[in-house]
Amino acid sequence: MNVALALPTRKHENFRYSDIAALETVWPIVTEEIAIAAGEEGALQIVETGAEAVARHVAITLGKGAKFDLRVLSAGPSYGRIAIDVRLGEGADFTLGAAQLATGEETLEIVTEVAHAGLNATSAQIIRTVLAGKSVGTYLGRIAVERGADGTDAEQSVRAMLLERTATANARPELEIYADDVKAAHGCAVGELDAQGLFYLMSRGLTPAQAKRLMLQAFIAEAFTGAPGEDELSDLALARLEAIL
Amino acid sequence: MLKIENLQATVADKPILKGLSLTINAGEIHAIMGPNGAGKSTLGYTLGGRPGYEVTGGSALLGDQDLFALAPHERAAAGLFLGFQYPVEIPGVSFVQFLREAANAQRQVRGEAPLSGGEFLKLAREKAGLLRMDMDMLKRPVNVGFSGGEKKRAEMVQMGILDPKLAILDETDSGLDIDALRICGEGINAIMRKPDKAVLLITHYQRLLDYVKPDFVHVLAAGRIVKSGGADLALRLEEEGYEAVVQETAA
Repeated sequence: MNVALALPTRKHENFRYSDIAALETVWPIVTEEIAIAAGEEGALQIVETGAEAVARHVAITLGKGAKFDLRVLSAGPSYGRIAIDVRLGEGADFTLGAAQLATGEETLEIVTEVAHAGLNATSAQIIRTVLAGKSVGTYLGRIAVERGADGTDAEQSVRAMLLERTATANARPELEIYADDVKAAHGCAVGELDAQGLFYLMSRGLTPAQAKRLMLQAFIAEAFTGAPGEDELSDLALARLEAIL
Repeated sequence: MLKIENLQATVADKPILKGLSLTINAGEIHAIMGPNGAGKSTLGYTLGGRPGYEVTGGSALLGDQDLFALAPHERAAAGLFLGFQYPVEIPGVSFVQFLREAANAQRQVRGEAPLSGGEFLKLAREKAGLLRMDMDMLKRPVNVGFSGGEKKRAEMVQMGILDPKLAILDETDSGLDIDALRICGEGINAIMRKPDKAVLLITHYQRLLDYVKPDFVHVLAAGRIVKSGGADLALRLEEEGYEAVVQETAA
């Protein structure tokens, strides 16, 4: 993929909720290319915990039977955009576990395009977003199953938690399917912490902040379960959670 | 230990408790019985500080502390334990992690040193043993996938670990089979029947009281205690029904 030179506007579907003024400060975005050869395995951890605006675009190509495990933690940037394109060959397997945590006026977004190009490829995406203050958290996720990519199994689980009513969550899962024999499951939910659960925890002696933190830790943990760097990611997410609460 | 005076409380603006008074001394076990809708669970939740349960009059003292001036977690640290009729499932949070944090949060408020991981596990194993609960169950997410009986036993394990002064147990007997009922009853006795502790059992039925013999039984109807007596009152209620006993009081 080439570097796009013109700064997009919010009319571009994939930049509809972006902070364009902040995007301009990091434009243009250089695409990071990753290719995993047939039968090989790869993993990548994207961790953005600085306060500076950041925008990344990662393009991953998976050969026949290749596997890739991608984890994303976006927790800190005033504006953070992580765009991921994946192209899966026959029998390839892609896992994405991503968490974004924002507060104040921060805007975070994860934009994925997962193309199943060959037979029997599998992909699983888990996205967890926690939003406080007036922050905005967005997930735009497209799954494209190309003609002939029968046996595709594609999953998308997208959940956002609003800690305050002033925060905004956007979620747009999309499926575009041109093959016949396809399993595609997607779930998408935006909600608040369960008040009953919070009271239960507090009735045992946890402070309100501890009770929230415990429930949110569990919420985020789903994105990092089984990751090579699970402990490190969980610790970094916890540190940001404590700052947000 | 607990002194409730003329307590009035509303739920969604609807008056439920209408002038309830009750005194429980250290070393005593009290049972509150009553028909559906009398306000039994509301009493437990109001004392526990559940959001949505509004105190509109009266007072409640735990020792010398005004319960209604405290947030729910502060009430716990002051020595109150609320056993839930429907314990809440919390996916992803293990009992062990949650209970250790809860115990240490309480200890911090009381100015006590926190329990180490080893100390906590020893304590948890001992209390789980009292309730014949496998320690592995406490490594699982809070109440998730537990049967009704397991949830109630887990409540009693929590009570054992947190070591409260006063336990308010809301229908701990509901959903229990005969064996689990006996185990829970014996657990309550082992943990709470002590000169410096007290228990308020909220229940519909006499059967739990076969195992946990109350010193006092109260009948709650329409938001007030309408009759009090000894353990024999529960037997009479079982035989004659609430209506007959409540009517007799009104007459």
